[in-house]
Amino acid sequence: MKKEKSVVSMTRRQLLSGSAALGAAFVVGAGFVASPTASWALEVQHLKPETMATLIQMARDIYPHDHVGDEFYAAAVKGYDSADSKDTVEAGIAALNAAAVGKGHSSYVGAGWERDRVDILRGMEDSPFFQTVRGGLVTGLYNQKAVWPLFGYEGESFSKGGYIDRGFNDINWI
Amino acid sequence: MAAPFDKNDDSVVVVIGTGAGGGVLSNELAQKGVSVVALEAGGRHTPQDFINDEWDSFGQLAWLDPRTTSGDWRVAKDFSGLPAWIVKSVGGTTQHWAGASLRFQDHEWKAATTYGNVQGASLLDWPIDAAEMDPWYTKAEDKLHVTRTGNRPGLPGNNNYKVFEAGAKSLGYKDVHTGRMAISSSDNTDRTMCQQTGFCFQGCKWGAKWSAGYHDIEEGEATGNLEVRPESHVARILHNDEGKVTGVEYFDKDGNLQMQKARVVCVAGNSFESPRLLLNSASSMFPDGLANSSGQVGRNYMRHMTGSVYAVFDKPVKMWRGTTMAGIITDESRHDPSRGFVGGYEMETLALGLPFMAAFLDPGAWGREFTTALDMYENMAGMWLVGEDMPQETNRVTLNNDVKDKYGLPVVNVHFDDHPNDIAMRNHAYQQGQAVYDAVGATRTFPTPPYPSTHNLGTNRMSENPRDGVVNKWGRTHDIPNLYVSDGSVFTTGAAENPTLTIVALAIRQADHLASEMAAGNL
Repeated sequence: MKKEKSVVSMTRRQLLSGSAALGAAFVVGAGFVASPTASWALEVQHLKPETMATLIQMARDIYPHDHVGDEFYAAAVKGYDSADSKDTVEAGIAALNAAAVGKGHSSYVGAGWERDRVDILRGMEDSPFFQTVRGGLVTGLYNQKAVWPLFGYEGESFSKGGYIDRGFNDINWI
Repeated sequence: MAAPFDKNDDSVVVVIGTGAGGGVLSNELAQKGVSVVALEAGGRHTPQDFINDEWDSFGQLAWLDPRTTSGDWRVAKDFSGLPAWIVKSVGGTTQHWAGASLRFQDHEWKAATTYGNVQGASLLDWPIDAAEMDPWYTKAEDKLHVTRTGNRPGLPGNNNYKVFEAGAKSLGYKDVHTGRMAISSSDNTDRTMCQQTGFCFQGCKWGAKWSAGYHDIEEGEATGNLEVRPESHVARILHNDEGKVTGVEYFDKDGNLQMQKARVVCVAGNSFESPRLLLNSASSMFPDGLANSSGQVGRNYMRHMTGSVYAVFDKPVKMWRGTTMAGIITDESRHDPSRGFVGGYEMETLALGLPFMAAFLDPGAWGREFTTALDMYENMAGMWLVGEDMPQETNRVTLNNDVKDKYGLPVVNVHFDDHPNDIAMRNHAYQQGQAVYDAVGATRTFPTPPYPSTHNLGTNRMSENPRDGVVNKWGRTHDIPNLYVSDGSVFTTGAAENPTLTIVALAIRQADHLASEMAAGNL
């Protein structure tokens, strides 16, 4: 993936010093969220790292694509790490965790099965927080040019002369 | 006198809007030697400016000024602030349109007579018919270089079309082909041939698709008789004590109020902005708005019965490659009440890129039912369903005095409820669309809800009797002799076909009428 400004690469050593696992998918440390393999990391300035990690998990659970890595979900929600969004997001994630606890889980990311997390989300899908996050993902996730090839979508074609000589009618199975 | 024209020159015709109606009318008048000032709310965007990117292009071209919605149509829920997907640019929505150029069927000019009494519908026959329109349609087809008319070849079918055609034939449909399109299909003209680039909705960067923005407007300007003023938002039409219009007030690109005098004013701002302007021009002489003695301004808003069907196959289709609207099945466009509804519908291939597919496949949906569909994006084929919807007096564009635009003018509220006939037709169309794809092995199909309206019709409808509508058979308002309407808002009924060709044909015909009336000293 092309490195976004705040999705930075870290060495495994840097990452593991002073970090803790959050659920199975993330490690969090002071001012960052990362994958356990250190393949990507996201700096956070305003949100608690645990909050950002939970938001990334929530994003994946809303629009789960198993062939799309967490870094794309992280890029889709990183804009919520701002002074303006901070209070809303912290409150929204706190409510999400409270709902998870209410259903017998340690936290939202502590619910091991996607179906359990989706069940928690269904319980709050009419809330403004959920709708804001879901609505933002429609462009935040699917309008990332780096995501398009993972779905086969080829993007702009004018600079390549269109498809007139590049397979506009190339299917042979029909 | 040649363009540019003085603001106090009261010999000019002012045309408001430069799309399929206003852009064509401006050029046609200019070709006849009539002085025209065309005021366009949007900016100027040429093919080089267009962007092969769905959201970036949307930001560049779409009309995003505030509007509000009400009614039971799903667009009011999914896209409450965006009832229409239309363009704010010189050339209007002809920058964005797919290019489908179909004539009305003969019976569709006589909807009230043909369909009889339909409960809740305000059907009316047009005051013109197929025979009268035939020569104007021919001129429009020649102007737009419509394929499969006038010896112009059809376009080649792309992958999306090949799937669609095979399904149609397997299902027994007879009339399936690559459409009548305003897209150049040969190298033997001055327009570049379609390069199958696949971003028709984002403006054709080759100029292979006809657009008023870079065809008619440029031709009109070349005569010296047409002055186009972009970024000019008309606020009010002015009139004198005799009840004739005398000019318009508009905000220029710097937000300053200007006044342009006029001999004739032609309103062509699409079916929301045209009635809005008439209503916002209310005066002590016309307290309900201009040309509204019938109370019909803003009523009978039509948006076509629409919907889409997407389907997933076990092998790749890559539907985004090539012409966006690459083919048509017309078998269901007939009037056949045995199907449970009056009127008919067309089935036309349509492709969306991944970003728009995510936004429009099932707005609001989330979770694996939704994402497993997008996972198969490369294997998707798609079609759009477009049919005649029933005019209803209560489907209506009104001023929303609680919401103002940046000039402080009330915006429109668009109220729409589906008529039972619309719902019956949509359900039939979904079923048939899904059957087309099932016939060639679809593993999953999606009856996709309507997008924000691209076909906005009615709201200043044409009528024989002044009591029933806003304009007469020439588009002249019943109330004010030198005030005309020149866009899709004059549609008496919507027919099943994409409306642009008819808007263009009516504009060419109206230009002929205006020039004769002016020559005869009647205007």
